[in-house]
Amino acid sequence: MELAVISGKGGTGKSSISAAFATLSERVMVVDCDVDAANLYLLFHPTIHKEEIYVAGESAIIDESKCTDCGLCMTYCRFDAISEVNGKIIINETTCDGCHLCSRICPEQAITMVENNKSRMYSGDFRNGKMVYGKLAPGEENSGKLVAMVRDEARKTAKENNLDTIVIDGPPGIGCAVISSITGVDNVLIITEPSLSGIHDLKRTVEMTSKFNIKTWVLINKYDLNETATKQIEDLCVHLNINLAGKLPFDKKFVSAMINCQSIVEYAPESDVSKKIAQVFEKINQKPAER
Amino acid sequence: MKIAIGSGKGGTGKTLLSTNLFYAIHKQNQKITLVDCDSEEPNDMLFFKGEMVKTKTVTQKNPVIDSEKCVFCDKCNEWCNYNAIFYVKEKKVIRVLEDLCHGCGACSVACEFGAITEKDVELGVVNTFKVPVDSTIIETRLKVGVYTPVPVLKAGISEKIDTDHVIFDSPPGTSCPFIQTVERADYVILITEPTPFGLSDLRQSVETLKTMNKKYGVVVNRADLGDNALYDYLKSENIPLLMEIPFSKKIAEVYSRGELYAEHDEAFAQQLYSLYIKILKNHGISSN
Ligand code: SF4
Ligand code: SF4
Ligand code: SF4
Ligand code: SF4
Repeated sequence: MELAVISGKGGTGKSSISAAFATLSERVMVVDCDVDAANLYLLFHPTIHKEEIYVAGESAIIDESKCTDCGLCMTYCRFDAISEVNGKIIINETTCDGCHLCSRICPEQAITMVENNKSRMYSGDFRNGKMVYGKLAPGEENSGKLVAMVRDEARKTAKENNLDTIVIDGPPGIGCAVISSITGVDNVLIITEPSLSGIHDLKRTVEMTSKFNIKTWVLINKYDLNETATKQIEDLCVHLNINLAGKLPFDKKFVSAMINCQSIVEYAPESDVSKKIAQVFEKINQKPAER
Repeated sequence: MKIAIGSGKGGTGKTLLSTNLFYAIHKQNQKITLVDCDSEEPNDMLFFKGEMVKTKTVTQKNPVIDSEKCVFCDKCNEWCNYNAIFYVKEKKVIRVLEDLCHGCGACSVACEFGAITEKDVELGVVNTFKVPVDSTIIETRLKVGVYTPVPVLKAGISEKIDTDHVIFDSPPGTSCPFIQTVERADYVILITEPTPFGLSDLRQSVETLKTMNKKYGVVVNRADLGDNALYDYLKSENIPLLMEIPFSKKIAEVYSRGELYAEHDEAFAQQLYSLYIKILKNHGISSN
């Protein structure tokens, strides 16, 4: 069973809950697809066996010795990446989308493309099985493709090692990285918080997930912080025809667990939240992934 | 003065800080503009009542290929760096894959047979709201399913702003959208939590801002729920600790109702305003 845990915004407890799921069973494949802010490795300290470079597109660079500052490239670039500063034509590396157009039209052939190669994918072992994660270098784009690479590796490794359970900690938002994280999974679990903005984010997230034919669940975290909003989310789930996986109370033990580099089910296995998390996981696992 | 508010990941209180800081400055009869650059999940406007005075659709130009005129020379396909052209020469099939197209225009330039024209495709909207009396909130909103928020948030930042004080509520993370936002700011406030996750995300943000030569300081949210590692880091790196917000169920609860905590707690509003004045004094640059 492949389960992706996502949330409209970060900070809803998505990673802590993914970590808990990953430590409920002895043999699991855990995948951190939140490549822009990979965190799970901090709890799991995996032993890395494999590190691969991920090429996050390309950037254009001008060879000053060839450039005549004619400015032609600037008129072609649609990403406002090329500008003129004191008569010199320069390219802003982070704004460049890597489309190649300037390099093709430059009459002096002064522009070359270089690979953005600072992002990485890691694969290794952790205490309850295998772990794969990605780290996008600051300023780089195309996180969706890095996620796809991470997931390919995870599926391959899971198959080789007969790991049936794959838990994916997805990125926040509704962009391409999230879409890459959920395509083809059996279940998506959206973690939400009972607040006006939480409800707003949830609606947008569901709008995105509904484009894919995936069984979608909602877990309300810290439900006791605003019971009125919790009720609204429950009604929304009925209305949108989404399964409510459960509700978790606000619990400071989540933070204590994190500080001890443990998941909540490792740190406080007998606690009420831990038991509830186990129930949620069982519920999602149990139902055959009807589509 | 333009201040960007950022965090390694969302949910650390970025929206809380952006909206309450806006309120605190606005309340002192200072005109201010808040730009919600978190285009994937724009939330700031939930906390205010205002009148929408302007809405702008952000588009990109996608190619349209006329298969009658096309001679299947393959050049556009060769020039497209995003595999966005579906091309089967033998079957005389050529099509643009809209989801993959970045609207870069390379194919139009490539085609020597006049087979490619362009059409506008919507990426999102930029909505401008007037908040009584004289302040402005600019909301950038990505259309669901669009590959990148960058053009939409850039359109928001590039709106004409007529106030001296400007806050950018940045997108989470340190990837391209974050950099595009903070690049336009004079100062960056990073908000984080004193937990291992919070520290790890903060480090990444700090490293990024260092390479950009930006000035920045840190606000610690839920300051009493965590450990000391974050504070040790701030000390060793000489990063100014601007403010601490303790964990309080009251703050969480007021926030969850879509209300401004600063409206309920005068001292909190005052604290935020002082924070702003301090930044202004130390790093103030007029944005006009
Ligand atoms: S088109 Fe080529 S020569 Fe002209 S300004 Fe650009 S890089 Fe320089
Ligand atoms: S590669 Fe494309 S985006 Fe980059 S500078 Fe050249 S034209 Fe602009
Ligand atoms: S506009 Fe650019 S990305 Fe879109 S099809 Fe043409 S070459 Fe490809
Ligand atoms: S470049 Fe023009 S003529 Fe050649 S394959 Fe593309 S659309 Fe057809």
